[in-house]
Amino acid sequence: MDFQYFIELFFGGLTRGSIYALIALGYTLVYGIIELINFAHGEIYMLGAFTALLVAGVLGIMGFPAGGILVVAALAAVVWSAAYGYTLEKVAYKPLRGAPRLSPLISAIGMSIFLQNYVLLAQTSDYVPFPRLLPEMEFLDEIGVMGPSDFLILVTSTLAMIALSLFIRFTRMGKAMRATAQNRKMALLLGINADRIISLTFIVGSALAALGGVLIASHMGQVNFGIGFLAGLKAFTAAVLGGIGSIPGAMVGGLVLGIAESLTTGYLSGNYEDSLAFGLLILILIFRPDGILGKAKVQKV
Amino acid sequence: MINYFGKALLASCWFMLLTLPVMGIRLNSVDQTVEWQLGRVALLGVAIFFLSMLWTWCFSRKARGQAIVSLPPAVSGSLKQLFSLPGRNAHTRAVSLGIVLVVMLAMPHVSSFYQTNIMISALLYVMLALGLNIAVGIAGQLVLGYVAFYAVGAYTYALLNQAFGIGFWACLPVGGFMAVLFGLALGFPVLRLRGDYLAIVTLGFGEIVRLTLLNWASLTGGSGGIKDIPAPGFFGMDMDINMSTMFVYYIVLAAVIITIVVISRLKNSRVGLALQALREDEIACEAMGINLARVKLSAFALSSCWAGFAGVIFAAKTSFINPASFTFMESAMILSMVVLGGMGSIVGVVIAAMILILAPEYLRAFSEYRMLIFGAIMVIMMIFRPQGLVTGERRRYRITKLHGNAAKERA
Repeated sequence: MDFQYFIELFFGGLTRGSIYALIALGYTLVYGIIELINFAHGEIYMLGAFTALLVAGVLGIMGFPAGGILVVAALAAVVWSAAYGYTLEKVAYKPLRGAPRLSPLISAIGMSIFLQNYVLLAQTSDYVPFPRLLPEMEFLDEIGVMGPSDFLILVTSTLAMIALSLFIRFTRMGKAMRATAQNRKMALLLGINADRIISLTFIVGSALAALGGVLIASHMGQVNFGIGFLAGLKAFTAAVLGGIGSIPGAMVGGLVLGIAESLTTGYLSGNYEDSLAFGLLILILIFRPDGILGKAKVQKV
Repeated sequence: MINYFGKALLASCWFMLLTLPVMGIRLNSVDQTVEWQLGRVALLGVAIFFLSMLWTWCFSRKARGQAIVSLPPAVSGSLKQLFSLPGRNAHTRAVSLGIVLVVMLAMPHVSSFYQTNIMISALLYVMLALGLNIAVGIAGQLVLGYVAFYAVGAYTYALLNQAFGIGFWACLPVGGFMAVLFGLALGFPVLRLRGDYLAIVTLGFGEIVRLTLLNWASLTGGSGGIKDIPAPGFFGMDMDINMSTMFVYYIVLAAVIITIVVISRLKNSRVGLALQALREDEIACEAMGINLARVKLSAFALSSCWAGFAGVIFAAKTSFINPASFTFMESAMILSMVVLGGMGSIVGVVIAAMILILAPEYLRAFSEYRMLIFGAIMVIMMIFRPQGLVTGERRRYRITKLHGNAAKERA
């Protein structure tokens, strides 16, 4: 139980947590605007990982250099996942605006099952190895707490989160998104095209999830059609932990969950790693449903 | 018209692009080759072209307030008679119920062992779907971890039998009771939650139960599960496998009939009406003087109890259980039965459960696509027919006397 061990666990948790944070951002963005738990979000992440794998495979066989493959594959994953997210919203959620609240949720669960089985039938039910594409980074060996993939995950996810924050804060579209989240009717009156903003939210959220998918696939080295379910639930836990609807909340929640999981696995036992997330989720929802950074809301008649 | 085709063409192109990587590329990692399966993508494009036109057409019908599928009046009339409230057309109803009952009773005698087994599992799902229908359909509490209660029932019987040699009949009520205890254990903390948060918490609960069963290997045997669970006995009679399967069939059938009777009585009871009020509006329900905590807990307890019974029967039927039978996909499947059948409708849920279990069994080509279709059904039903195949009937009061008096006064 020395300090070095703790530091390793801490950085492992940080890596894991930043992936959760990337996916959690998608949940939080969507929930903030249309108050829907996008149950199929984990599947978008899985599709991102699969797209990257397939594109990387094709390019690898054609003989591209490793670094180039990683960039192109990641780009393809982001583009296709964003397209899946956009289509998902148009097909499964848009027709249900104004329906009772449980309807879109059930539709989302249906979509999640559909997408999982779509990949299962079109590809395979096995774990598929993800090619090793990361360049060697020698300076990391000297520090010795993380490998190249951890480093890549931390840097990329930090950059993505900074970019998202800037986008939300300063661009015209980001402002429109915030306005729609605050009050959709008022935003409509001010000439904001709410439908377009909702689509944009799905696109941005899906792109972030795809980025998470590519990073985790290159970190773990394998991909499966079922990875989205657990990752999605954990990311949702992270979003709730930080206060759903709040963007900094999702980031903090993801990191907290990742570190908590890593420390439990390291010091207690790996068997209950997944139970921890669910247990935590239940406890937060019961005792502090608004999360760490969320604001309490009063249910109105 | 051109607009119509153009839209479909656009959709078809969009979906072909969308599915290009996942459907069109297959990697062969052994000999490092790429198989391009563009034929599949093109086929999908053609399918999407027609589906998209169908989709637009369905929306235009929906916007005009018409039913998507309109049956010929004769058929829809007789269907209505069949499913209408007791009292009206009691005769037709009794006759049709009688026929169904006779067919169900005769079934194991005329069909093969294999078919009886399929029917048993279909009936178990009917029971589960009806049980979940209490929480989701009648009380409006979306429970996503329903399979946890099923697991509790199954493991109660398996463990009690393994440790103390207690028989099926003694375990049946105990399994139901344990499931109720778990239902209350889940219900208490989530009293304040509603809607989607409740759904997620119940999902987490279901997963925790499954993970505990998986990891607590000293008690539950972990992923290896529990073997050699005895089939139900009948006054110590010796039964071969055919006889005992038939016996299990009759037990499940009886259980389903009891479930149907109890739930149809429940719906119009005081508790049942309170549950329906809870579904419609929690705040209004509380304002009407209904004790929310009590009603919610009774919804959880009533609902989980059936899963417990079904679990005990399931363990006795398969004689082997392990956590792999109790995944979230099972919960989702049961939920899609409730959604397809119509929330709150008993007949609808029974029919939906039968279709969803029996269709993949008999149409082998179709069974691979089973979960894909379940998922699609949930989406399509929510969009085009949220009330399900058979609309759950609400009890209505027609106070004829009052109307009569009013008419007289006017005259």
